[in-house]
Amino acid sequence: MLEGYLPLFVFLVLCIAFPLAALLVGKALRPSVFAPAKLESYECGIEAVGGARGRYSVRFYLVAILFVIFDVETVFLFPWAVRYKQLGWFGVAEALVFLGILVVGYVWAYKKGALEWV
Amino acid sequence: MIEFWLIPVVMMLVIVGLFPPIAGYIVLVERKVLADMQVRLGPMRVGPHGLLQPLADALKLLLKEDIIPRDSDKGIFYVAPILSMFTAFVAFGVVPFSEQFRIADVNVGLLVISALGSVGILGIVLGGWSSNSHYPLLGALRSSAQLVSYELAMGLGLVCGVMSAGTLSMVQIVRNQQTQGVWYVFDNWGAMAPAFLIFFIAAVAETNRSPFDLPEAESELVAGFHTEYSGFRWALYMLAEYGNIFVVSAVSVTLFWGGWLRPFPSVGWLEVPLNYGVPFLLFAGPGIASIVLLAPKLKYAPHRYGMLVVGGALTLVGAILLIPAVNAVAAAPFWFLLKVAFFLYVMIWFRGTFPRYRYDQLMDIGWKVLIPLGLGTIALNAVVGMI
Amino acid sequence: MTLEAFFFYAFTTLALGGATLAITRRSAVHAAISLMVSLLGVAGLYLLLNAEFLFVSQIILYIGGILLLFLFVIMLVNLDAGRGLRQFHQRWPLGAAVTAIAGVAFAILWSRAKLPPSQTMPDVGNVELVADTLLQDYLVPFEVVSLLLLVAVVGSVLLARKRA
Repeated sequence: MLEGYLPLFVFLVLCIAFPLAALLVGKALRPSVFAPAKLESYECGIEAVGGARGRYSVRFYLVAILFVIFDVETVFLFPWAVRYKQLGWFGVAEALVFLGILVVGYVWAYKKGALEWV
Repeated sequence: MIEFWLIPVVMMLVIVGLFPPIAGYIVLVERKVLADMQVRLGPMRVGPHGLLQPLADALKLLLKEDIIPRDSDKGIFYVAPILSMFTAFVAFGVVPFSEQFRIADVNVGLLVISALGSVGILGIVLGGWSSNSHYPLLGALRSSAQLVSYELAMGLGLVCGVMSAGTLSMVQIVRNQQTQGVWYVFDNWGAMAPAFLIFFIAAVAETNRSPFDLPEAESELVAGFHTEYSGFRWALYMLAEYGNIFVVSAVSVTLFWGGWLRPFPSVGWLEVPLNYGVPFLLFAGPGIASIVLLAPKLKYAPHRYGMLVVGGALTLVGAILLIPAVNAVAAAPFWFLLKVAFFLYVMIWFRGTFPRYRYDQLMDIGWKVLIPLGLGTIALNAVVGMI
Repeated sequence: MTLEAFFFYAFTTLALGGATLAITRRSAVHAAISLMVSLLGVAGLYLLLNAEFLFVSQIILYIGGILLLFLFVIMLVNLDAGRGLRQFHQRWPLGAAVTAIAGVAFAILWSRAKLPPSQTMPDVGNVELVADTLLQDYLVPFEVVSLLLLVAVVGSVLLARKRA
């Protein structure tokens, strides 16, 4: 099994080495002139007020957690999809029940307004 | 042992060595096509009709000063673009350019691409966070919320395709299309077409392309998550973006449009006109046209000669593809790349056509339209496919 | 050293090293990245066991999903504000003692355990095997999973809203 993945791992190492090598080569070529103003955070030319780290909308959290849940569901569907033709109508019924229960959750979240972005 | 490693190693070197310049030329094509849609000329100065522009851009990016903001988290600032870039590139490892031309054929190839895509999102989040600046952080939050939302829709589209294919191996998917005699986008009496559309719309959003380019909405967020990045680090993000565009196009082609198969692969008499005629026309046609029509109009002599060389080279490639021994090997990757190029063009076309969505509209499309449609398409295909 | 042994030690180093870094880093984001390394190592170990489907779902769900959720939480509430605090480091003797006891207990168990001989997976494709087992032998648990996910949807929506 591992043999099939071996080229992929070699390729992975190559793909990590490429940007590192390019950055090193670039380091030899590019100028480096120090000036404190260059290192300021970007704020359209004026001085930035306060740090960027702060509190942001809880909406993002809700999106992420709903994503995790539906992602689990998608991953469960892949084995079923691979065996779909062999399992026949029995498998279709199973998947429809599985999806049906999740659709209930989806509709409930929709009704509660969890999917609204305000 | 040597037979096993020869093609993968050559492919690895070709991809790592050639994709960066190819990405540069995709950018040039994009600028030219957009210019044409807006009745402009686009880049014209560097080389004949701007043909050397990517070279100039690459040099500029390599020679540009590397600036790391004082407030940034330096370690993560270094790592994030590399993370984005190598996940995009490793995905090429399971893309089959033809039956032989591939790096690895693994049993779960399709899911490996999904997995790499989901790791790539971390590169964007970490890049935005480590900059420690307002615009990048907001851009990163928006971007990742968008990416995860559309990843779900994309997964649902993929599930539909896999139902027809019955395997997750990228090579086997194409072989199955050959034996079943259908490109899966036309499978199930057309019920699969919506699945492809859902997948493709989600894929456009996954790659941060217009009209879903909210993360880089320059009118409100400067440049989104990569505002603080410059020079070659920025180039790594760009390489990642164009790598991702290529990979999602390749996945569409492999799963829905027959991979390396020519149109009507089971109709024998079409082999000669399609496998020989189309590549020759596509290469030699523009080649001859640029010699006869474009070159004489160029006033500047080096540009004129350059155009003649380019035209001659294109014609030569067209002629080489007519040699039977070459054609037998090159026809399959030619069809694959032609289809991928078509989807790349469609994405550029989108950028020239659709205005950008507002953020709430974007999330609504992801969660309230594409996900229910995707679930519905799975149910529809499950029933139709059984009949 | 065989290839498999090399990869085993490489992945184990990733998993253990990442885990160690994850609990020692001050910065929450650095800890999250170390956790990612650790999870990747575990995914690699699944691959060595021929469990391909588990390998990709580990990456998709844990790194692409749960770790991203962690990063979101860190970014949203600015957890790094607590970067300078040393609170967790004061109880380290207790932690070390608990670890030592657990380690000894595990060693005793390990020496007495009778492990079944290791089995290699049949090479017919791991996803197909997972599908057949899941959809035929473990049908009811499979459906119950969707109920579990339903509960998770309800719970997360209720948690995130101020008034349910």
